[in-house]
Amino acid sequence: MSFPWANEYKPSHPFMQWMDEKLPLPRFVYNAVGAGYPVPRNLNYWYNFGILAGVCLMLQIITGVILAMHYAANQGVAFDSVEHIMRDVNWGWMMRYAHANGASAFFVVVYIHIFRGFLFGSYKAPREMIWLLGVTIFLLMMATAFMGYVLPWGQMSFWGAKVITGLFSAIPIVGEPLQQWLLGGFAPDNAALNRFFSLHFLLPFVILGVVILHIWALHIPGSTNPTGVEVKQESDTLPFHPYYTAKDGFGLGVFLLIYCAVLFFGPNMLGHPDNYIAADPLSTPAHIVPEWYFWPFYAILRAFTADFFFIPAKLMGVLAMFASILVWFFLPWLDTSPVRSSRYRPLLRKFVWFGLLPDVLILGYCGGSPAEAKFVLISQLGSLYYFLHFLVILPIVSSIEKPEPLPFSITESVLGKDDGAVLPANPAAA
Amino acid sequence: MADEAIIDPAHDTGEGVRRRDFINIAAVSFAGVGGIAVLVPLISQMSPSADVLAESSTEIDISQIATGQAIKAIFRKQPVFIRNLTPAEIGEAQKVDVASLRDPQSLDDRTKPGKTNWLITMGVCTHLGCVPLGAGEGEVKGEFGGYFCPCHGSSYDTAARIRKGPAPKNLEVPPYEFTSDTVVKIG
Amino acid sequence: MVRLFGPLVGLFFAIALAWSFGVGAIQMINDPEPATAVQEFHLHPKEVHFSFNGAFGTFDRQQAQRGFQVYKEVCASCHSLKQVAFRDLMALGYSEPEVKAIAKQWATKAKTFDPKTGDAGERDNTPADRFPPVYYAGTGNPPDLSLMAKARHEGPEYIYSLLSGYQEQPAALIKKFPDSKVPDGLHYNPYFANLNIAMPPPLADGGVTYSDGTKASVDQQAQDVAAFLAWTAEPKMEKRKQTGWAVLGFLLAATILAYLAKKNVWANQH
Repeated sequence: MSFPWANEYKPSHPFMQWMDEKLPLPRFVYNAVGAGYPVPRNLNYWYNFGILAGVCLMLQIITGVILAMHYAANQGVAFDSVEHIMRDVNWGWMMRYAHANGASAFFVVVYIHIFRGFLFGSYKAPREMIWLLGVTIFLLMMATAFMGYVLPWGQMSFWGAKVITGLFSAIPIVGEPLQQWLLGGFAPDNAALNRFFSLHFLLPFVILGVVILHIWALHIPGSTNPTGVEVKQESDTLPFHPYYTAKDGFGLGVFLLIYCAVLFFGPNMLGHPDNYIAADPLSTPAHIVPEWYFWPFYAILRAFTADFFFIPAKLMGVLAMFASILVWFFLPWLDTSPVRSSRYRPLLRKFVWFGLLPDVLILGYCGGSPAEAKFVLISQLGSLYYFLHFLVILPIVSSIEKPEPLPFSITESVLGKDDGAVLPANPAAA
Repeated sequence: MADEAIIDPAHDTGEGVRRRDFINIAAVSFAGVGGIAVLVPLISQMSPSADVLAESSTEIDISQIATGQAIKAIFRKQPVFIRNLTPAEIGEAQKVDVASLRDPQSLDDRTKPGKTNWLITMGVCTHLGCVPLGAGEGEVKGEFGGYFCPCHGSSYDTAARIRKGPAPKNLEVPPYEFTSDTVVKIG
Repeated sequence: MVRLFGPLVGLFFAIALAWSFGVGAIQMINDPEPATAVQEFHLHPKEVHFSFNGAFGTFDRQQAQRGFQVYKEVCASCHSLKQVAFRDLMALGYSEPEVKAIAKQWATKAKTFDPKTGDAGERDNTPADRFPPVYYAGTGNPPDLSLMAKARHEGPEYIYSLLSGYQEQPAALIKKFPDSKVPDGLHYNPYFANLNIAMPPPLADGGVTYSDGTKASVDQQAQDVAAFLAWTAEPKMEKRKQTGWAVLGFLLAATILAYLAKKNVWANQH
């Protein structure tokens, strides 16, 4: 769907007219990311990160397919085959560093994209489905990234696989058999490595499918915007192309500059040195840490150190870690405020910027640190705030907060006045 | 779509337009050049890797090959035939009128001087790459007494030259040298 | 429903966390984690300048060749280098005949196996071969060194510090931690993760004789072999940095153009 004033695709070249009759793919593209898609005129650079996430996904798929041409998923040779890629395959070192750092880049971009959602209330009606699909993509990304990290079969790969599948053993009764089923054995070995490789290859294409649904769902209400005021009239929008293609092009350039600086000058900065040691089932690394993008969740997992009534600490940790992401699924219904953007929500704004943001950064820092008492105590307070923020503070704030006055329209917020206003004033602004 | 990318929808008239169009064209061209440059590593990664290229030479002991016998060895993951020709086979090969051959080469062209009895060729049919018969014990040698490819019936003579069948060329002679009387180094 | 159960679930986790926090805090006050010898005596790697540091750094071929000599004459009897092939040495400035000679004369021969007879045998190494595995029967497990410079934090500095850092166990350590005396057969080294390493001090002043006349002090040998192992861990480093500068230069120009184009397109809209 689109707004009634959207430009219509009118092919002029006879070939494009013929194409439009037989397979209207150019029309589809035109209406999806071309001049036929009207977008709020006030999108800021926070809104670049959706496209960038798509770029990261393509980057990972392309480099991943190439790596799979040279990688061997067998516990005897996996580590050596990665070194073969790094040393002997033409440009292999670049492909592997691009893929390994591409995963980090993907998570950076997606975390900013999600935070954008928190800031501007992108999860709120009528965009709940976009948000739910987005959280699903994030879960799939986590699974894919975890399995990908196992493939080089270094020390962290092996012990990461062991610890993460060990989480399932916390589940009462079915836990142990479940872990053995996941691994196809009693410890990570060929069976686990092979299935992780298979799934690591498959899941990105599943992600791509859900991304298409995510974008499809987005095109039904259209993009939100920093004011949170819905589009009312033509003057509130601009065609996606050329305005946002140009803006995204510039954003892509900045992104690639940062990404390539890391790729070429600090490619191992975000990795753990222990993964350059081949997997050894007989010796555990001094402290096992996942990749940085899992640190906040790892901190929540480790924060539960005492049994809680009849629930063992280990199970509580696992439940909390899964709950910390699952809670996002309920965000559209936990936040009941009629106002979308935190720009006009003085109380929520403070909790997001000075509560949630530092909280996840601190949790991340603790999750990446050794399990010493001081870090565990800090992550307990951090996790406490995390759950309170989403499940208690957000519902309370959204019902007691007095929003600041909203602009009448997007046009007014951009130009300071809206001469063409034809519709009645926004009731939410009152 | 592509040409619309460079049209400024809000342009004025005059010189300003040209400068703006130039910048837009330049930006889109840069993106294109970047995209093409990225293709170079994406394509070249499929060429043989350094370890494959390094497997360059094989040394083979030929002291155990009796006159009239042949062995199969491996060079660059492909079979090599090393054959110790009998005087009769040499005579047969030298009797042929070279000009009448499909791929004109004499036996002397295909062996080292003074070692005419050592015929060293790739065991790869020049038609579609099957391994011809004739080097192994008891295998058919075809109607010209050399090698016979079972895939499409190419027959090679005692100098491994193509005589009949679809193959266009003689069996390839790899680069080799005798490092001693009993050792040959291929590659 | 969500608004009813959400806060309840939130409070459930919050109380469980507060409980864990309380238990943990009381434990920390009553029974603090004792200090360990490692915490107090472990040292971070020494500062040392390598030619390959920085965004423009390249390997010093001369130094890496000296490091290879140290590896060959000292380390190779216990430590393998199995990811590296002899042919790779050409990147350090050895000529093809030199590499052939190094491979041929390498003390550990390549193993052969005849699948027909089942006979195991040996042959000389060739440039195409990787460095052969080293089987070590003594105490400890000498690790493979190919990737050592990437398998430790600040790898090259670590290797240098470890090799040049052997010393007597400090009296202060014994005084404070009487149970932490170096076990028999191990050696005190403050740069090693748990302070006691199985490897005896491998380097000695003049232990190798450099052909380029450099004085072979322990410090010099440790630096050289660290530089060599930095190369074995990341042989493509120079190409990586060169490519990186070309890519960043191109991207910078492209991004500036993209910014100008964006400004053009938006000229009348903001």
